[in-house]
Amino acid sequence: MIHPIPPGTRDILPDEMRELRRLRAAMIEVFEHHGYGEVRTPAIEYDEVLGRGDGRAVDGAYRFFDEHGDLLALRSDMTIPIARLVATRYAGAELPLRLCYVADAYRAVRPQRGQMREFAQAGVELVGASAPQGTADVVAVLDAALDAAGLARAVIGLGDADLYRQLLVELGVEGEAHDVVLGRLAAHDLVGLEAELTAIEGIGEEQCRTCVALSQLRGGREVLEEARKIGGPAVERSTARIQETFEALEARGVADRVQIDLGLLRDLGYYSGAILEVYDPALGHVLGGGGRYDGLLKRFGVDLPAAGFALYLERVHVAQMEEESRRGDRR
Amino acid sequence: MSVGVAGMGRAKADGPLKIAVPRGALLEETLDVLDAAGIDTAAVRGGSRSLIFEGDDLTLVTMRPSDVPTYVEAGAADVGITGKDVLLEQSDRVAYELLDLGYGRCRMVLAGRKGDERPGEAERRLGMMRIATKYPRVAQRHFERTGRQVEVIEVKGSVELAPLIGLADGIVDLVATGRTLEENDLEVREEIVVCTARLVANRVAHKLRSSEVDALTAKLREASAR
Repeated sequence: MIHPIPPGTRDILPDEMRELRRLRAAMIEVFEHHGYGEVRTPAIEYDEVLGRGDGRAVDGAYRFFDEHGDLLALRSDMTIPIARLVATRYAGAELPLRLCYVADAYRAVRPQRGQMREFAQAGVELVGASAPQGTADVVAVLDAALDAAGLARAVIGLGDADLYRQLLVELGVEGEAHDVVLGRLAAHDLVGLEAELTAIEGIGEEQCRTCVALSQLRGGREVLEEARKIGGPAVERSTARIQETFEALEARGVADRVQIDLGLLRDLGYYSGAILEVYDPALGHVLGGGGRYDGLLKRFGVDLPAAGFALYLERVHVAQMEEESRRGDRR
Repeated sequence: MSVGVAGMGRAKADGPLKIAVPRGALLEETLDVLDAAGIDTAAVRGGSRSLIFEGDDLTLVTMRPSDVPTYVEAGAADVGITGKDVLLEQSDRVAYELLDLGYGRCRMVLAGRKGDERPGEAERRLGMMRIATKYPRVAQRHFERTGRQVEVIEVKGSVELAPLIGLADGIVDLVATGRTLEENDLEVREEIVVCTARLVANRVAHKLRSSEVDALTAKLREASAR
């Protein structure tokens, strides 16, 4: 008899489980080694509490009523539950706080796409340490975690979440047009971006070109110079922040695999300042991401700077296998 | 069918950049633009039945235009060329749209039988039109955006047939010259969007093979502007 399970969920059998368990242990060991203590939070939370963190982040999350009629939701990441946990359980604690996790999170899937409703994330949250040192601390852990996973070729993209928000304000793009343009930038639809910008009154050809060109700047330190050449005050502020972070990374010796990327835009609303994305050449999808979210804890009543990252554990596992077989081919 | 891990798509980053080239109506002009950009397409033009053509700096992979976003999203192809109509219909696929190549110009239109009052009457008396299309999501969005209700009927083959024998009140389809409409006694009622060929890139390839992707984009920009 075949009994179905919902699309986007899966059973894991012993061979895979053994490898995932090893990967999980390797991640936790790296995190602990850097002083991050593992925490566990419930998979279900009050919908209202998760929504406090970010209205958009709980989009597509699974919601249901409990026996008392309270609206519950499955968490869609670990950052918001940990923000809730810090505000509730660590009020007045000595800072900075270093917490880590390997946990399942839940998101809605688009049909027929091989996406998962239930997926594991491995990550850290650093609370109470501001940029750039706090960011560098987090990137150092990420760097070590990628090494521990055997992903020597993995790359960390470093961008700035405020760049386009501020640039658009500077250009006088507000209201609905602001959101539409940010949407095009996030999707990296350059043709649409150009069309939207051109349609806005007061945006000249040069400003339009600046925006498009900025989003294509990625590489080493030199892209900061290139950005400064074409941008105004908003670009100046963002590149200064990125440079500061990058220098902190260099000082810690973890800048080698970092790619500065002015086209980076994370779709979760709570990011501010540095944003991170992780890629491996063996995989066509993003392995994980993170960054700073200095305003998030405030929404839970404690005004503390914070940063973190999360890796999709299963994707790391796939990349690990691909990299291993690639190395095997070479031998 | 096996359900993979989120984003199970696997790219092979080694070797030359892989470009997905659309077979069908866009093929000829795509090869012309690639030629103009200094990419050798003789092997593809040779009428070979192969699907993969390996060059020194670029591997050409030919496929149906509607498969291009699938291959590019997964990273099986690093970049690709396909029509905006395909990208609009598959707008949930993650592929960076880098360049409007300008050729393959078509209009996505709502069409009905000449002089036929039925679409209007269906909307007035039944509250909605029945629309046959190969682009169900584009059609649905167009009607939502214009504040109307619609019953979208997805068909795979000749869409023009649907209003002629009463499957639908109208069609949403891509029109190049308008001859097919004319021959079937159909006329354009509304224009939805103009579609041209676009260059798209895989998200990770765009980041990790940036110099190659940028160089190719620049060459194609120049070639398509001629």
